[in-house]
Amino acid sequence: MSYIEPHAHMVSRTTDDYQAMAIAGCEAICEPAFWAGFDRSSAQGFHDYYRQLTDYEPKRAAKFGIKHFCWLCINPKEAEDSGFAREVMAIIPEFLDQPTVLGIGEIGLNKNTTSELTIFEEHVAIAQKHDLPILIHTPHLEDKLKGTRLIIDALKNAKVDPSKVIIDHVEEHTAGMVLDQGFWAGMTLYPESKCTLSRAVDILENFGMENIWMNSACDWGVSDPLAVAKCMQEMKKRQHSRETIHQVVYENPVKFLSQSPNFTL
Amino acid sequence: MPSKQDILDLYFMDARCKLIDIAAFLDRIDRFDGDTDYRFDGFHEALDAMLKPGEQSRAQAVLNTLSDQSKEPIPKAIIQGAFGAPRKTASN
Repeated sequence: MSYIEPHAHMVSRTTDDYQAMAIAGCEAICEPAFWAGFDRSSAQGFHDYYRQLTDYEPKRAAKFGIKHFCWLCINPKEAEDSGFAREVMAIIPEFLDQPTVLGIGEIGLNKNTTSELTIFEEHVAIAQKHDLPILIHTPHLEDKLKGTRLIIDALKNAKVDPSKVIIDHVEEHTAGMVLDQGFWAGMTLYPESKCTLSRAVDILENFGMENIWMNSACDWGVSDPLAVAKCMQEMKKRQHSRETIHQVVYENPVKFLSQSPNFTL
Repeated sequence: MPSKQDILDLYFMDARCKLIDIAAFLDRIDRFDGDTDYRFDGFHEALDAMLKPGEQSRAQAVLNTLSDQSKEPIPKAIIQGAFGAPRKTASN
């Protein structure tokens, strides 16, 4: 069965991963800009990263018959220095006309600081100015609940259309508040943190199959590029129909991502 | 839709394994010298919350117990990572 991987950091993955994902049925991968595992030392480092995301990585994916799209931003882990963050954000408009850029992301919060929140709001303003969808990272572990609340408040203050925003990495304690406010929700399938496969299916069963997707968010850490394909199997084990599985892993991502003019399959 | 028996067939052995792992983790902590910290306190509070979740689901109760419940942004980050349980500080 075909699926969309709506959140994967392929710059950190091998070509073997592309091949395995293609064999598993992956038709398209969407790659948000993120933290490299270390802080970049200059805005020029981000310029090179954006070139990698918009030029090199789509070509690498194409060798396996997979379409590759990206989201651009400076991630919240590097947003504590607001001066540096603004220097990087000034580069972003230069890349927004590239044919595979979907929108602004993954922006959000990390440790829920005032500076992170300010830079988040300025990213939202860029998205609004260019009428682009937004992909949002919610904080890790003990910081997620507070960060999700702060993010939702900021989006409401900015009068953002919630249907153009996906709030990612939801878990049982945040999925309801995200969906109830009209935002899209993303579940990240990780072996240790975020959602396991069985919990992700629980969340679908408890909160419904509408306006929600799942992703592997595979990167340089403990993660699995085939997590979405494995969760499709988990849904099958739980007796969900082929149509329901297809809705979650294909139709839902296509519906949300089609709000970006550059998303075509 | 699966029945309770189907769910037991699918997940009992996995849950049993994880339950024993938690018990062994608690034994392991007991066996070694030194002090525990806020993570261990949070873990015990989460175990209590799981058994008495109130109106929430058990998973929600555990996650909420292991969450920072403060409302305001903090002035500055002193670390980039997270540890899985909230520190009990004045800001909490």
